[in-house]
Amino acid sequence: MQEQIAKLFPQATFETVDNTLTVTIDDAHWHDLATYLRDQLHMDYLVTIVGMDWVTSLGCIYYMMSTVDNKMVAAKVSTTDRVNPYITSVADLWAIAGIYEREVYDFFGIIFVGNPDMRRLFLNIDWKGFPLRKDYDENDPRNAVSIENERQTDDTYTYVRQADGSVERKSVPVFMPDDFVVNIGPQHPATHGVLRFRTAVDGETIKKIDVYMGYIHRGIEKLCESLTYPQTLPFMDRMDYFSAHNYHHGLCATIEKAAGITISDRAQVIRVMMDELSRIASHCLFIGTYCMDLGATTMLFYTLRVREQILDIMEKTCGARMTFNYDCIGGVMQDIAPDFVADVKALLEILPKNIKEYNKIFTGNVIARNRMEGVGVLSRQDAISYGITGPSGRASGWACDMRKEKPYSIYSQLDFRQVVAEEGDSMARFKVRLQEMEESAHILEQLVDNIPEGEYCVKVPKMLKLPKGAWFDMYEGCRGVFGVYVESDGTTKPYRLKLVPPCLNLAAVVDHITRGEKIADLITIGGSLDYIVPDMDR
Amino acid sequence: MPYEAWKDNEYIEGLVNELRENGTNVIVGTFDKLINWGRSNSIWPLTFATSCCGIEFVSLGAARFDMARFGWEVARASPRQADFMMVAGTIVNRMVPVFRRLYDQLAEPKYVIACGSCAISGGPFRKSYHVAKGIEDIVPVDVFVPGCPPRPEAMIYGIMQLSRKIKVERFFGGVNRQQKRQEYLNLVQEKQS
Ligand code: SF4
Repeated sequence: MQEQIAKLFPQATFETVDNTLTVTIDDAHWHDLATYLRDQLHMDYLVTIVGMDWVTSLGCIYYMMSTVDNKMVAAKVSTTDRVNPYITSVADLWAIAGIYEREVYDFFGIIFVGNPDMRRLFLNIDWKGFPLRKDYDENDPRNAVSIENERQTDDTYTYVRQADGSVERKSVPVFMPDDFVVNIGPQHPATHGVLRFRTAVDGETIKKIDVYMGYIHRGIEKLCESLTYPQTLPFMDRMDYFSAHNYHHGLCATIEKAAGITISDRAQVIRVMMDELSRIASHCLFIGTYCMDLGATTMLFYTLRVREQILDIMEKTCGARMTFNYDCIGGVMQDIAPDFVADVKALLEILPKNIKEYNKIFTGNVIARNRMEGVGVLSRQDAISYGITGPSGRASGWACDMRKEKPYSIYSQLDFRQVVAEEGDSMARFKVRLQEMEESAHILEQLVDNIPEGEYCVKVPKMLKLPKGAWFDMYEGCRGVFGVYVESDGTTKPYRLKLVPPCLNLAAVVDHITRGEKIADLITIGGSLDYIVPDMDR
Repeated sequence: MPYEAWKDNEYIEGLVNELRENGTNVIVGTFDKLINWGRSNSIWPLTFATSCCGIEFVSLGAARFDMARFGWEVARASPRQADFMMVAGTIVNRMVPVFRRLYDQLAEPKYVIACGSCAISGGPFRKSYHVAKGIEDIVPVDVFVPGCPPRPEAMIYGIMQLSRKIKVERFFGGVNRQQKRQEYLNLVQEKQS
């Protein structure tokens, strides 16, 4: 791959960062390179854009993955101008790039020339400064908490490069003047958290949705930069609180890889078991809340019953019901509880019966089928372009399960099936999750009697320092790919910790997927995507 | 719950004494009792959850913890129909005006429970650039429930405390603690200066 690129782009330089080929290229050739990567090398899945502040320059690292052969490549683009940093946008190549670029703009102030929508994403329009820059003043009184309503505008901006090379800012309206815009959220029981949709409707049909985020943006990435590595872990519980174990697993594994720590087999197995238990619990809650969105409140009580049982298992071992903080660097916090094995077996016994029951009560129901089948269809191509991973992506026919595609931990030794459906509608997303619960149960069955003996946590230095370098890895959360990017400058604290949540993509696709649908279906489509708002906002 | 099991009897008794010192009319007092009995046993929450703590609030509504036992299960989606607001989750800068507006829209008499360390002080995110350091600076709070997240049992305890507070209130005559917006702003200013 390196030779192919070098032939066409002689100015590019290459390095290998954490086994990923990283191409450094100047801004003038970036768009051409991106087009080449996407079209010729099939890098059709843009995993993330990591904004960076290297003090002397600002820049981005683009991580791309091919859905054909699972190869990865990264591209580095930077600019030394800190006042007007311009980078060419790739929003025309990957649909999700538009949102990613807005995020980078919000955090670093990098302006993407050509992006049709260059508003801030999480912070309000009058926010002063760019928080993830190293010279950001956190105590700026102009950013203090205020009970005055934030300024709203109906315009967005786009930056266009002129023929003479200068860049001009243009104002574009978000909605047409005669659009009828309905505001849904942020306080709305059906948006699953504090998310806001500005919805343009034509009668009952949705014309366009403008998604507003940031109502629970807590600045986790910035906070992590001032904490030591073990101290960054508890935040993983609080992003996607249903994937707490999976996210912990991800960050711990990346840090362990960077520090060269090998953990015991016992810890690996315990981690995987906890991940799969979380997955079952998470999908249970999904089924409950989704059915509630459709008006079947009773299902919530049925599914929460199983979830409570899983929470009991976890509580006995981890000591908490939700924010476990269980995986630690080097293994897990404490050994499993004495009745862990018996409890998991009891769960495995009742689970198939319960899934059958859910199917009987809900899946075959005429009303449910009418409201789910053929509603909110997402094609495979769009799913990839928007980076929709997890059960929602697999429902569109894209095999994107990182446990299979890029196996980590002990997943390569386990026997399980990657559930993929073709339809891409709400029903498929619902069914994929139901089947995934069965697969997770199958994984648990294989492990429950084979937990190896050994220590549950290896010794790690008290003040853990990572060597200089950068690492990027992808893991499977309950809602999709969870990426971790760690850059270290050799101290005990991360220089940059970028967390790639799956839910940001899920929220970004709402506009695309609901166009032309009825407004009553907005809630069910959003519910079937199953996003968690604190996860996308971080 | 037996009397000894409560942790803050002194505080509630202090409140009762204070009210008594102001003198109570016998007839009105009896009405008060009757109305408060009704009010305290059917406090309706506003469905308001921003993050993790909200999920525990959902568990509270389900069969295991079953808040319907106490008459709190009627979670309202509109603040105009709710009696109290369980602030479950982090409140960030962008949410503050919305949150304040929701509070303003609650019908009188209204109550606020700060649930979880985020609502109390900003919790694990206290040092963040975009998190309000406790909701007490934004709205008056009646009960604090610590925890990250508080267990559902703790939430039950917290709401029961609220019922107890409601029971000793005087419904008639000048106790509805509506704070006018200007009054509140002055208070905040005083606090800051
Ligand atoms: S107190 Fe803890 S559990 Fe509750 S919202 Fe804050 S971080 Fe989440």
